[in-house]
Amino acid sequence: MKSIKNHLSLIIALLSILFSIQVFIIADRSIDAYKEKLANNYSVVVVSQKRLTDKTLLGINKIISSVTELEPDGIIKRLNANISPKNTELLKLTLPKFYKLKLKYFPTPDEINELTQDLLKNKNIKKVEDFSHTHDTTYKLLLLFKGVITVFSISMLVVTILLIFKELKIWQFNHSERMNVMGLFGAPVWLRSAVLFRLSIVDALIASVLAFIVFAYISSSTWILQHFSDVGIEVQMFNPVNDFLFLLVIAITLSILLASLIVLGHKEEV
Amino acid sequence: MDKVIMAKDLSLSYSNNETIINQVNFSINSGDFVFITGASGSGKSTLLKSIYGALKPKQGSLIVGGVELKGVLKSKLNFLRRHIGIVFQDYKLIKEWTIEKNIMLPLIINGYDKSITQSQVQKLLKHVRLNHQSGKYPLELSGGEQQRVAMARALAHNPILILADEPTGNLDDYSSQLIWNLLEGAKSQLNTTIVVVTHHIPESINVDYKHFHIEYGSIHEVN
Repeated sequence: MKSIKNHLSLIIALLSILFSIQVFIIADRSIDAYKEKLANNYSVVVVSQKRLTDKTLLGINKIISSVTELEPDGIIKRLNANISPKNTELLKLTLPKFYKLKLKYFPTPDEINELTQDLLKNKNIKKVEDFSHTHDTTYKLLLLFKGVITVFSISMLVVTILLIFKELKIWQFNHSERMNVMGLFGAPVWLRSAVLFRLSIVDALIASVLAFIVFAYISSSTWILQHFSDVGIEVQMFNPVNDFLFLLVIAITLSILLASLIVLGHKEEV
Repeated sequence: MDKVIMAKDLSLSYSNNETIINQVNFSINSGDFVFITGASGSGKSTLLKSIYGALKPKQGSLIVGGVELKGVLKSKLNFLRRHIGIVFQDYKLIKEWTIEKNIMLPLIINGYDKSITQSQVQKLLKHVRLNHQSGKYPLELSGGEQQRVAMARALAHNPILILADEPTGNLDDYSSQLIWNLLEGAKSQLNTTIVVVTHHIPESINVDYKHFHIEYGSIHEVN
């Protein structure tokens, strides 16, 4: 019973670490997916005195993915409907050129600033509208969300590591007697600690499998999928192969580290 | 005759620096049956601890099985311990292992084949009259039975040296006699060197033995 309790303590501690890591991964993926969505809807408008080629504009900054020239017809129509066709054509020629620049990804405020400066370096470009105010608000909200998730994950990690250290002391006490006796009969360190390593690896496996079950369930939950769909993004919450292997490696590394600390901290009885 | 244990100007102390054993000289030959006696706190168990390397000599030299224990490397000490069988007053059995597995311990450490291990354990369980209790755990046995398990464990790998720290201290006559018989058998049949720390030498002992007495940090042979 006592042994099961000790196992459970480590399994729960490992599970909460895996949980916080995977929650962080999901949050990161969601933010990336949302950024991609924002990038698709976001564009910078450039006003130029002369016609610029797509190549010229694309060469200004690597972040620009595509260029679309905006037709001035709509603007002219709004100015005055009574302008003669000849004057309209003349006006078209004298009006500045408008370009809509699509970006490869949702930029940071610094990247927007850099892009604006790069564009303005071109002597033909007179104005750049980057909608930075709207962009900044959205970006800051994303950063806040990511920050909250990071703080939550780190807090969970710290609390769990403290729990694991407490666990370490209990394990040290439980295993030291056997390790001492084995040492008195000349068992090398690897043999003395073999049971400990085996137990901690088994616990890591159990914690990983439990994490797999929990996240496999979460990722197939229609309620959660509906929430992502409402936001307009599609996120793979849990990859059953890659994510499971990643969590498994983390759990095994942590438990091996824990077992190694016990072995290193073990003092032979005199 | 080969010397299994040789102490020269050996001094022993714990971390508080109080000298327990002070510059003693003695040697024990291969196949000797030795009793070490002395009053409580005289340093008998301390001397025994130093022989299996749990306490390093403070001064002087202590050679066991050809290995100098002053500044000995851990790997060399482990190698030496694999050839020693130890019986402790508090048994030091592994509680979460069955008595069968406890007896197997030195055989596992020495890398014996599974079939040899099994037959040796069965043989020893018969010797200590516990063959019907092989699946039990130490805490399910009486003190006398636990000490018999500890004795079987010490004999399992046919060590060159058996160290016993008051092996019959708290035991009933039946268990005590069984333990003395096993130690006598090890000496007479396998020529094992045996060092026993005890308060009283049993009258029933049937082998030639040496007797060392410890007093005020010194050791002398009693004729």
